[in-house]
Amino acid sequence: MSWSVHLPALMLAVPLFGAFSTPIVALGGRRARTIWSVLISSVLLVLSFCLLQYVATEGTAVYVMGGKAWNLTLPSGMAYPVRIILEVDSFNSFIAVIGCFASLAGVLFGLRFLDRFSGKIWYSALYFLLTAGMLGLILTGDLFNFFVFLEIASVSSFGLIAYWRDRPESIEASFKYMLVSQIAAMMVLLAIGFLYGRYNLLNMAAVGKVIQFGLAEKVALVFMITALAMKCGAFPMHMWMPDAYAEAPASVTVLLVVVSQASLVGLCRIVFSVFGSAIVGDVVPWALITLGMMSMFFGVSMAVVQHEVKRLMGYHSVSQVGYMLMAFGVGLLAMGDPRQMADFGMTSMKGGIFHMVNYVTYKGLLFLVAGALYYVTGTRDLDKMGGLAKRMPFTTFMFVIAAAAISGIPPFNGFVSKLLIYESSFAVHPALSVVALVTSILTLASFVKVFQTAFLGPEKKEFSKVKEVPASMVLGMAVLTVVILGLSLFPTWVVSHLVEPAATALVDKGAYIGAVLGGGI
Amino acid sequence: MMANLPFVVVGLLFLMGLIAIIAENNLFKIAIGVGVMESAANMFLVVLGYRLKGDIPVKFLPGPVDVYVLPTPQALTLTAIVIALATSALMLSLIVMLYRHYGTLDVREIRRLRG
Repeated sequence: MSWSVHLPALMLAVPLFGAFSTPIVALGGRRARTIWSVLISSVLLVLSFCLLQYVATEGTAVYVMGGKAWNLTLPSGMAYPVRIILEVDSFNSFIAVIGCFASLAGVLFGLRFLDRFSGKIWYSALYFLLTAGMLGLILTGDLFNFFVFLEIASVSSFGLIAYWRDRPESIEASFKYMLVSQIAAMMVLLAIGFLYGRYNLLNMAAVGKVIQFGLAEKVALVFMITALAMKCGAFPMHMWMPDAYAEAPASVTVLLVVVSQASLVGLCRIVFSVFGSAIVGDVVPWALITLGMMSMFFGVSMAVVQHEVKRLMGYHSVSQVGYMLMAFGVGLLAMGDPRQMADFGMTSMKGGIFHMVNYVTYKGLLFLVAGALYYVTGTRDLDKMGGLAKRMPFTTFMFVIAAAAISGIPPFNGFVSKLLIYESSFAVHPALSVVALVTSILTLASFVKVFQTAFLGPEKKEFSKVKEVPASMVLGMAVLTVVILGLSLFPTWVVSHLVEPAATALVDKGAYIGAVLGGGI
Repeated sequence: MMANLPFVVVGLLFLMGLIAIIAENNLFKIAIGVGVMESAANMFLVVLGYRLKGDIPVKFLPGPVDVYVLPTPQALTLTAIVIALATSALMLSLIVMLYRHYGTLDVREIRRLRG
C-alpha cells in the first residue's frame, strides 16, 4: 500500500500539526516562525497537488478514519456505516488545491504585514487552524464531521477577525459574524438531526443512497440551504460579510474568502450528492437562482457607492457569490432532464465551479492589494489615496490583473467562467443573464473607480516617501497572480482537464455513492 | 402525542432563542439566546437518540431486549456541547471587549459599521 492512500488525512493533519507546533517553534525567534509557517503551507500545497493527481489517476479517494472499512458488520450480518470518512473526488480536490494556494499566499503576505503588531504567534496558530477547518469542510464525507469542521473554521475566524482588538470596529465585526455563524451552525445541526432521525445514518453517501423526499428531508434541506447561504454571504444575510472582510487583517481575509467558498462546497455536496435527483419540483432550484440574482444585484449596487476600499471589495464578494448560486441553481433545474442537462445544465455547473475557483484567486489577490495599500498609506479611505502607481509598480500591475479578471474582461479567467454562466442562464430565461451582465458592468465601473482614485492622479505629498511593499508581501500577491495568469492563459486545458471532471463528479450522484458503498448497503 | 412532546419543546426553545437574538437589545441577553438555541439543538439530538423501550447496546448487561439504543446521538451531543462551550466563552469575552470600547451593552449604540 503506497503512502498516497493517506493523502486525504495528511491534508488535515499537516495544518493541524502546524497550528499546534507553530507556537512552540516560535520560541526560537521570528526567523524560525517564518521558515516554519512557510514550510508548513508549502508542504500542504504540494500534498494538495499529489491528491489532485491521485484522484485524477485512481478515481475517487475514500479515507476511513481509524479503521479499514467504513462499516461495521453486525453479528446479524447487516453492514452498518459507523466510521468517519473523508471522500475526495475531482471536485473536492480541485477546490482544495486552490484553497492551499490562497493559504500559502496569506502566510507569505502576513509575514511582514503584521510586523507592527503583537500576538503573531497566536495569529499563526489560529491561521493554520482556520486552514485545517477549511480543508476539512471541503474534504469530509460525513455530515456530523461537516458540522465540526464548520465550527472549527468559525471559531478560529472569530479570533482572527478580532485580531486588531484595540479597534472597536474589529470586535464589532467579529461579534456580528459570530452571531450569524452560530445561528447557521445550529441550523446545520438541526438539519443533521432530521436526517439522522430519519435514516440513522451520518455518512453522506449512505444517506444519499436511501434518501426520499419526504417532509423531514424537506425541512432538513431548507435548514441546510438557509444556513450555508448565510455562511457564504448570500443576499438577505450578507451584512456580516463586508464588515468581517474589511476588519480582518488582509492576510486573513484571503482565507475567509476560501472558507465562504468551502461552505458553498458543502452546500453543493448536500444539494447534488446527498439529495441530487431526489429533489422533486422546481422550488429549490428557483430559490437558489433567486438568492443568486438578488445577491448579485444588491451586492454590486452597494459596492459602487463605497469609499472604503476593503468594504467595497467585501460587497463585491456578495455579488460574486450570487453568480455561483445562480449557476448551481440553473444546474439543479436541468438535473432531472438529460436533454436539458446536455443543453445547458453541464455548462452551468462548469461555469459555477470555474467561477468559484476564479473568485478565490482574484478576490484573494484584490484583498491582498487592499492590504498593501493600507500598509503603505495607513488608511483604507479611497478619497485620501492617490498617485500610488508610480510608487508601487508591482502592486499596481497585480491590481490591474485582478480587477480585469473580476470584471470579466477577456482574456482573463473571470471572462471564461462568466461566459459559461451567461450562456447557460440565457437558456433558462434571458432576464437571468441580463442581471449577470449588468452586475459585471457595475463591477467594472467600481474597479475603474478604485484604480483611478488610488493609483492614478497627481501624487499626494503625504505619500512622497511611500515605497513598494516588502518582498514577502509582493511574493504573497505574486502567488495568486501566477494562478490567475495560469488559469487565464490555458482556459481550454483547464476547463477540459480540471473543471469538467469536477462538474461531472458533482452531478454524478451514483458515482459518489458507489465510491463509498461499492455494491450495496 | 406524548411521544412527540419533547420535539415540541425543542421547537419552542429554538424559536425562543432565535427571537431573543433578533428582538433583544442587551448583548448578554443575545448571548443567552444563542445558548438557548444551542441547548435546543442538543436536546433535539438526545431526544432523537432514544427508542421507546430500548436499552443500552451492550450485549451482556440489559438482559433480553429487542430494541437497542445506538449511542451515536449521545456522542454527537457531547461534541456539540464542547463546541458550544468554546463559542460561548469566546462570545462572552467579545462582549467584555465591546463593553470596554463602547461603554454600553446596548446593540443599538454599537453600530459603527454601516453603509
